[in-house]
Amino acid sequence: MTKLLEIESLQTHFFTSAGVVRAVDGISYDVDEGETIAIVGESGCGKSVSALSVLRLVADPPGRVVGGSIRFKGRDLLQLSEEEIRDVRGKDIAMVFQEPMTSLNPVLTIGRQLTETLQQHLHMSREQADARAIELLGLVGIAEPARRLKQYPHHFSGGMRQRVMIAMALCCNPKLIIADEPTTALDVTIQAQILELMKDLTRRFGVALIVITHNLGIVARYADRVNVMYAGKIIESGTAQHIYHDPQHPYTLALLRSVPRMDRPRQARLDPVQGQPPDLTRLDGGCAFRPRCGFAVSRCASLPPLDGVGAGHLAACWETETVAGSLQRAS
Amino acid sequence: MTVAADVRTEIELPDRSETANWWSRVRQFVRRNPLGAAGAIVIIVMFIMAALADFIAPYNPVANAFDRLHQPPSLENWFGTDQFGRDVFSRIVYGARTALLVGFVSSFIGASIGLVLGVGSAYFGGRTDLIFQRILDVFMAFPLIIMALAVISIFGTGAQNVIIAITIPFIPRCARVVRSSALAIREMPYIDAARANGFSHSRIILRHMVPNVMAPFLIMITAFVGQAILLEASLSYLGLGVQEPTPAWGLMLQGGAEEYAESAPWIAIFPGIAISLAVFGFSLFGDAVRDELDPKLRSQ
Repeated sequence: MTKLLEIESLQTHFFTSAGVVRAVDGISYDVDEGETIAIVGESGCGKSVSALSVLRLVADPPGRVVGGSIRFKGRDLLQLSEEEIRDVRGKDIAMVFQEPMTSLNPVLTIGRQLTETLQQHLHMSREQADARAIELLGLVGIAEPARRLKQYPHHFSGGMRQRVMIAMALCCNPKLIIADEPTTALDVTIQAQILELMKDLTRRFGVALIVITHNLGIVARYADRVNVMYAGKIIESGTAQHIYHDPQHPYTLALLRSVPRMDRPRQARLDPVQGQPPDLTRLDGGCAFRPRCGFAVSRCASLPPLDGVGAGHLAACWETETVAGSLQRAS
Repeated sequence: MTVAADVRTEIELPDRSETANWWSRVRQFVRRNPLGAAGAIVIIVMFIMAALADFIAPYNPVANAFDRLHQPPSLENWFGTDQFGRDVFSRIVYGARTALLVGFVSSFIGASIGLVLGVGSAYFGGRTDLIFQRILDVFMAFPLIIMALAVISIFGTGAQNVIIAITIPFIPRCARVVRSSALAIREMPYIDAARANGFSHSRIILRHMVPNVMAPFLIMITAFVGQAILLEASLSYLGLGVQEPTPAWGLMLQGGAEEYAESAPWIAIFPGIAISLAVFGFSLFGDAVRDELDPKLRSQ
């Protein structure tokens, strides 16, 4: 399989009055065609910023991509002119945002918002675009799409709006969809529907998907590969199998322990990750997770590299063996 | 594909016929906002006067009649005649044309330019916004009338120049108000979504942001029309606006007030009343529009 997206040592920093926030600090990963990648991490770890950087949507000022490259089908997106990147946005790479309630413009009809992208990128006529919009709404499971086209976002519930967002993302047959916490704002029953829909449609049309989430349940079920982020860096990367059953980084382990699981006794207490995420303006040279880590040793004061610990499985920790060992004992 | 199969729609409101709906809305508006309705009536009367001036006015507004100078109000000349024997009522009716033309054209153009500039300034933000706002500050530092006077002294008098002179000071005022609403709109996710869809800056500003700031824009326009009418009257009064013999309220007021305030007060009083009523009507209506468009005030 060819590489669709190659991100290499991407660095996005925010220049604030409090100092430089290294929101994304040298992350690298690839996305194959048709693959689903999950980016996991707690709030403020840089996962959304890393996704926004791909489409160059980070607000500047204060944010700026200061290093690295993002190659999409061989072209470095960071080197494109403003017009060229505009042509990529929505057409080759589409985005689904977190807030379905506010991601649609309240004063424009659903049809208008769907067809606008089609007219812009595929230069369709009004009639063609309308027909395609109806088709898309049907595809994402909205009943009576022709009538719905003339309605405004406030006529739609949250879950339906997210369906519309997915339809919008799909409308130009993109190669890649970036979904930034697509289900966070929805209630649990709808979450599953939306995820199934996304999985189904991306598989059907061969679209690669980057899902940004803090929900490990999504990861286990839908992602081919998982990148765990902490403090602007990827600290573990592997298949969902690897991450779930063979975590090598103490942070991944801590994340998994903080989630309720059906295969554990109901009385078992959850283990929250202790402490606070680090202040991204004040990182020292060492492992950022060190202050919260139960496995920390003196060597952690120097930064561990993201090294292979198995086939297709990377982790950035000096003590992976101890971590893996502790898991064995626990189970 | 079971999940994506069907999502049924929520409850539907019964379809009411268009006209019945419109009427009930008008009735509601009158009940909720009687003062605004009074303002609306003044505006409607003005419009009728302006549109049907040829049929309403009993005399030619610019025809002198030297045998009927300074006639007090009577059955023939309802509001009397002026120092050239012209019928004051006819001149007021035709004056509504001048007032509405200047008022609407200047406030509409001024507010529209201000709208685009304000939204653009908010959208681009950062340094662009800062520089732009400081330029507007310079314009805002001048009171409306002084600014208009300055423009008149550059371009000269005449109806067209009066419109320009009134339009220019409106631009920064509208831009300022619209910008503050647009700043909030810019942070909405749907603007990010529009950028993620690859739309150009101008498209995002005009198609996605401008419709969202229509409420303050409409309020500004209604408030501006009243101000523009007053401003036009002031300029004409100072002899810098519309020139004789065009019927304009400010001009009539000036012609009457200076020499005939005691001997023939009707020459000045009636145009004065017309100006006051028009400005009052527009500001009442403007307030009502604001209340209507502000959902926070609406429930009360």
